[in-house]
Amino acid sequence: MATPVKVYGPPLSTAVSRVLATLLEKDVPFQIIPVDMSKGEHKKPDYLKIQPFGQVPAFQDESISLFESRSICRYVCEKYADKGNKGLYGTNPLEKASIDQWVEAEGQSFGPPSGALVFQLAFAPRMNIPQDQGAIKQNEEKLRKVLDIYERRLGESRFLAGDEFTFADLSHLPNGDYLVNATDKGHLFTSRENLGRWWNEISDRESWKKVVEMRKSS
Amino acid sequence: MVVKVYGPHYASTKRVLVCLAEKGIEFETLPVDLIKGENRNPEFLELQPFGSVPVIQDGDYTLYESRAIIRYYAEKHKSQGTDLLGESIEERGRVEQWLEVEAQNYHPQIYNLTLHILFATALGFAPDEKLIRESEEKLAKVLDIYEERLSRSKYLAGDFFSLADLSHLPFTQYLVGPMKKEFMIRSRKHVSAWWDDISSRPSWKKVSLL
Repeated sequence: MATPVKVYGPPLSTAVSRVLATLLEKDVPFQIIPVDMSKGEHKKPDYLKIQPFGQVPAFQDESISLFESRSICRYVCEKYADKGNKGLYGTNPLEKASIDQWVEAEGQSFGPPSGALVFQLAFAPRMNIPQDQGAIKQNEEKLRKVLDIYERRLGESRFLAGDEFTFADLSHLPNGDYLVNATDKGHLFTSRENLGRWWNEISDRESWKKVVEMRKSS
Repeated sequence: MVVKVYGPHYASTKRVLVCLAEKGIEFETLPVDLIKGENRNPEFLELQPFGSVPVIQDGDYTLYESRAIIRYYAEKHKSQGTDLLGESIEERGRVEQWLEVEAQNYHPQIYNLTLHILFATALGFAPDEKLIRESEEKLAKVLDIYEERLSRSKYLAGDFFSLADLSHLPFTQYLVGPMKKEFMIRSRKHVSAWWDDISSRPSWKKVSLL
């Protein structure tokens, strides 16, 4: 049996959960190495050796040590191309490019405002950090405009990059899940017909349900 | 088939143009004036629904997001021109890692600086001085990490020039040029040497003049 790959960081982290969902889709065995962020473990010298920006996740297999969740996911999809969901990153260069287009849209347009809202509404209260109402309002406005574009796209196409679930959709699960389930802004998704339909479908993936379970038990 | 590239005057588009130049791929540029709001015209939004540049057309195929475009061409023409992806899956992994670092850690800060220092007046809003200060501080911390990395490695992903280094060219050119923050690069010995190396590549010299 193959040595499990190592993922550093808590399943509660959005970026860590992106990697876990990908590993589950690809049937790649993994072990989670805990990093206690409440004790500042991610800023200590030992951890900074494998992730110099002091962020989670980090990743190791027998040939490489990597960081940045989306690059870890791309590496896993390439290295384990024949395992699990073989179409996760497309089966030809044009499909792959369309997937990358929407992964970039996630990283550059969806991620920042949704991440800011998730932080302000779900995490700040738990960390006793005062909420910034201005930031909440500004980011909600930004996110609405982005989601209008997604709504149109998902009226033309079942999933973001085409007819099949791909890494492009998966990449939205971490922030989307907190937005829908841990804040009062879930209506931004559910009130849009196509977006709501897409959200129900992608959040129902076995891989994502397992990640949600892992979060509950961590 | 000549690739059509929209919005050549802007930094994100130059990321694509310098990649095409490295790969020896012919392109044709079509201007889009963001100050005049041409990116909000319905015809443009049909191509790029977020209203951003760049977007490319290659025959019937349309693609947007500069980092998606450069990945596509770097892979499609891997054995033509400069190989920007590394030779093995592991080298590719490193290229992807540092390309994501650029997208997630470097870009947000340098983009804020670009928008507020270079474009605020033209776009009709007051520059946010607090944001400028904070973005510069955050960028300095990122550059410190780059300094350490580049003290052990000639380029970001290893001993070869890749998409990861290339991706930094356009906005860093703004930083050392019109933003007058060259000191941020020059005060860091290895970042400085790396910048001199990558910015003197013929592909960048050609594209930065467009």
